[in-house]
This record gives sequence, structure tokens and C-alpha cells, in this order.
Amino acid sequence: MRNTFINHLTELAKENKNIFLLVGDVGYNVIEKFKKYFPDRFLNVGVAEQNMTSIAAGLASQGYHVFTYSIANFPTFRCAEQIRNDIDYHNLPVTIVSVGGGVSYGNLGYSHHAIQDYGLIRMMPNFKIASPGDSNEVISVLNYLTKSPQPSYLRLGKNTENNYTSYKKNIVAGKWYPLPSNKGHENVILSTGTSLKWVMNNIERFKKKDIYTLPLWGMSEKQKQKSISRQFSSIITVEDHLYDCGFGSWLKESINFSNTNRSIQSLALSTEVTSMVSSEENILKKMRIYN
Amino acid sequence: MKKKNIKKLANNIRLDLLKMIFKSQSSHIASSLSIVDLLVVLYGKKIIKFDPNKPNLSNRDFFILSKGHAAAALYAVLANVGYFSKRKLLEYGRDNSNFMTHASHKVPGVEFSTGSLGHGLPFACGLAIAKKRKKLSNYVYVINSDGEMAEGSNWEAILFAAHHKLDNLILIIDYNKLQSFGSVDSTLGIEPIKSKFLSFGWNVYETNGHNYKKIEQVLLSCKATKGKPKCIIANTLKGKGISFMENKVEWHYKYPNKIQFEQAVKELTL
Repeated sequence: MRNTFINHLTELAKENKNIFLLVGDVGYNVIEKFKKYFPDRFLNVGVAEQNMTSIAAGLASQGYHVFTYSIANFPTFRCAEQIRNDIDYHNLPVTIVSVGGGVSYGNLGYSHHAIQDYGLIRMMPNFKIASPGDSNEVISVLNYLTKSPQPSYLRLGKNTENNYTSYKKNIVAGKWYPLPSNKGHENVILSTGTSLKWVMNNIERFKKKDIYTLPLWGMSEKQKQKSISRQFSSIITVEDHLYDCGFGSWLKESINFSNTNRSIQSLALSTEVTSMVSSEENILKKMRIYN
Repeated sequence: MKKKNIKKLANNIRLDLLKMIFKSQSSHIASSLSIVDLLVVLYGKKIIKFDPNKPNLSNRDFFILSKGHAAAALYAVLANVGYFSKRKLLEYGRDNSNFMTHASHKVPGVEFSTGSLGHGLPFACGLAIAKKRKKLSNYVYVINSDGEMAEGSNWEAILFAAHHKLDNLILIIDYNKLQSFGSVDSTLGIEPIKSKFLSFGWNVYETNGHNYKKIEQVLLSCKATKGKPKCIIANTLKGKGISFMENKVEWHYKYPNKIQFEQAVKELTL
């Protein structure tokens, strides 16, 4: 995913002269291509995420669409107030990119597990969460964000370069996208982000269910969820994030917010994983159902 | 602007902010008084390139008030130099107003909202590097409080500005030596602040933050030197201009009662 991201961002930056990339001293062997082509629109700010985020806001206030790039929780929790005050409140076009969403960095331990990030970012009124499930969705959401620069969070997996979905030319925020293999079932799985890989690896558990992804969402997409969810008999959301303040709870809030009585279930991580050091695969085995 | 007029402008601004804070019964009057003379030189002497009729002028300089709790002083200055009518100042701190008591970008002339300390200088670094990359010659001015220097984000920015030779960045530290509970020295000392900045690779200047001529000279010296970011340590007096508020911690919080207000007005109109 990160390679797809940097390759596509580099392509976009050839036309879009406002794209600016800041990295917090991460991305070795990944970001060099962008730096080589656009040295005037690249900066490694060092290991200083608070500064990186405020600098991004300053650059964005002068017309740049700034991407800040770091891993796991470093570009989010470390600089939560800079995101809130400097980017979101001023409604500036900064896209925060985090590599290693969920538990991609499994054995690196809790410091590197981004399992509360949706909770943080979805509290920001102006932010869009871009959580692609595969490379096609990375390209789709990047096209969207660069056409409509705005406060946004792009959550990437580490090594997921597979494709399960089709490219979405004009992706719509808040819309659910069916996988090409869907059969028209009324019972559905709704995945966001890197948990799609887990869904596909465990597809036998979801017989007679269609798979949908929701790659772009946030506070302002809540209203749309009422009519979309009505089309289905049952919904199970899937996320590599803690249940609390996550994606499933966002959907439940959205539906209750819209005065419908539909109940949905969520497959999400429990707090049990916060003390686990293990591979991504093993940690994701600890996902459980929340009603 | 002549010295006499600068002094008159400063007095008007002190009177305006006194009225604003008295009416809204809000805090931070001493913090606001502390920076009035610095702002008066920046704006009154047109050290800052600005046009109140075109707040978004592309070749303007930028001013960031990182110590956003002193917004009353900034709003009063902006009104006095023509960004908006002085009547608008009466909205300060009132319900449904854009004039919140910490600096708000919803007020014409205010570039960046602050209130949480340690945000202004990093944001200013973003502005300064943007101007460098676009090969524009605008300056970026920031006022930090002394207590604010304890915020780690400032030191990230101080490293960054020196590394990237942001000579279009001028930081002024409002060094009144008082913070929330008492002296800066007794809370989390920042001395030797001059040596710290020098060792971080900045040009450092020291001045009396209430002497218009000296402030102007030091600002002009800053603009004349290239290659490094600049820090001005402005020695100031918290509460400057109203005798019973000067150098008193409690005026970080209190607002004047009617008798105190009238006494302060008298002092400022003498």
C-alpha cells in the first residue's frame, strides 16, 4: 500500500504543483522517488511530529496540499492538538498519512499499534477518513483527496499490495462499494481499511454474505448511512481497531442518529490485544463480535 | 509615525483593551498590556507590511500571536490601524461574537487562532518555509510568552528554523518574567535563554520591550541580517502602563472592578 501511495502521489504531483510531502524521518526506501522528482516540495522535518503537523498547517495556509507521512500513532496521537487546532479548526488542506494502520506492525508492540486512531480522527468535524482496503482503493481515495484538498487522514497498511476491489473513478465519500464477486445477498459484511485483507483470508466464515467496503468516511458522512443501511437485512462491520470509538460504533451512531432501529454487529479488536506482542495475523484472531 | 504619536497610539490601545476586559470581565489584562508597545512598533511604525483594506494581500508580512491569551491587545491594535471599526471591540468576549478572548482567525487581520501555547512558532515555520520555497520575501513575526517557552513544540520549531536558515522568521519573546503561579525562574527556568538560542543557531537580540526607538532599531537590524532566524528577547513588564497591575501575578486572572477601572483610565489619560 505504501508503495502504491508514494508512486501515485508522485504521479499526481507532476501535474499538481501544490502537493507537498513532509515526512517525520520515516519512509526509508519508500519516499525517495518523490524527493528525487520534487525536492522543492519535500521535507524531512525530523523526529518531531508536533512541529511537522503545525508546519503542514502553515504550508497549507499558503496554498499547498500537504501530506504528512509517518507510522502508526506518531502522526496522529503524538500531535492530536495540532491536528485539532491547527488543521481542523482552520479547515486546511492537510492529509495525514499513517503507515501501519491497525496492527500491521504486530511484533513491534503496543507503541506501533494504531488501533484507536479512527476514534481520534473521527472526532474532528472537518476531517475525512480515507481508509483503503487495497491498492485500487489507495489510488481511488488519493485521486479524490487531491481533487478536493481538505483536512484528511489516510490510513495505510504496511505490506498489503493485493487487489480485491475495483478502481473507483469518482469515489464518493460515505458510499459503500460492493466487491466484484458479490452475489446480491441481503446480509453483508462492511469493511473499512486494511481489515479487508483479513476478511478475504477468512471468506469461508462469511458464506451467503456480500462484501462491501467503505473507504471514505467521517463525521459529515453520517447522515447518508440511514438510507444505505436500509438496503440490507443484516450488517457486520469489520475493522482492525478497538470497538470503542471505531468504525462500527461510528456506523451505529450514524444509524441511531438517523432514527432507524436497525441493529448491526461489529467485528473489532478487544482491549485484550493491547498487551499482545504477536504477528498481525495472530492479533487479528482476537477480533470478536460486538452487538 | 512620530514618537509622540506612537505613545498616543499605545495609550489608546491600552485604554481600548482595558475597556474590553472590564466590560467582558475576562482575564489576561496584564499579559495584554505587556505586549502593547511591541505591537505598536510592529504595526504603528509599519515594520510589518500590511494593508487593512486587503487583509489577504499576497505580499503581506505575517504576524502570529502565539500567546493567544493576549488577544485583547492584538484586536485593539488591529482596530486602531484600520482593520475594523473600534466599535467591534465591544464584541470582545461576548456571546456569539468572533472576538473570542484568545486570538481568533475569524477576526480580520488575525492570521492564526491560538490559545493553546506552543502552536504559533511551528505554524510560523510552515509559513516561513512556504515563502522561501515560493521565493517570496515576506517576513513572519511571532510573539511568544516566556512561560510558553516550556512547551516542547517550540524547541522542535527552534531546531527546524535554524536547520533551514529561516531568516524570514523573527521571534519575539515577551520576557516579563511572570507566569501563572509566579516567576518563570521559580516555575521552570528558561535562563540562560540568550545562550540557548545562540547555541541552537539563531541570531539573538535583547531589547527593552517598552522603548519604541530601541524596539524599532532591533527589528530593523533583524530584517537587515540574513542566513539565520532571529530571536528578540524583549524585556517587558507584565501589566505595563497601569501602576497597580504592574508585575503582579494576580492580574493574569483578575479583571478590574469599577473603582480600579476608573483609576486605570485616569492613569492612562494623564
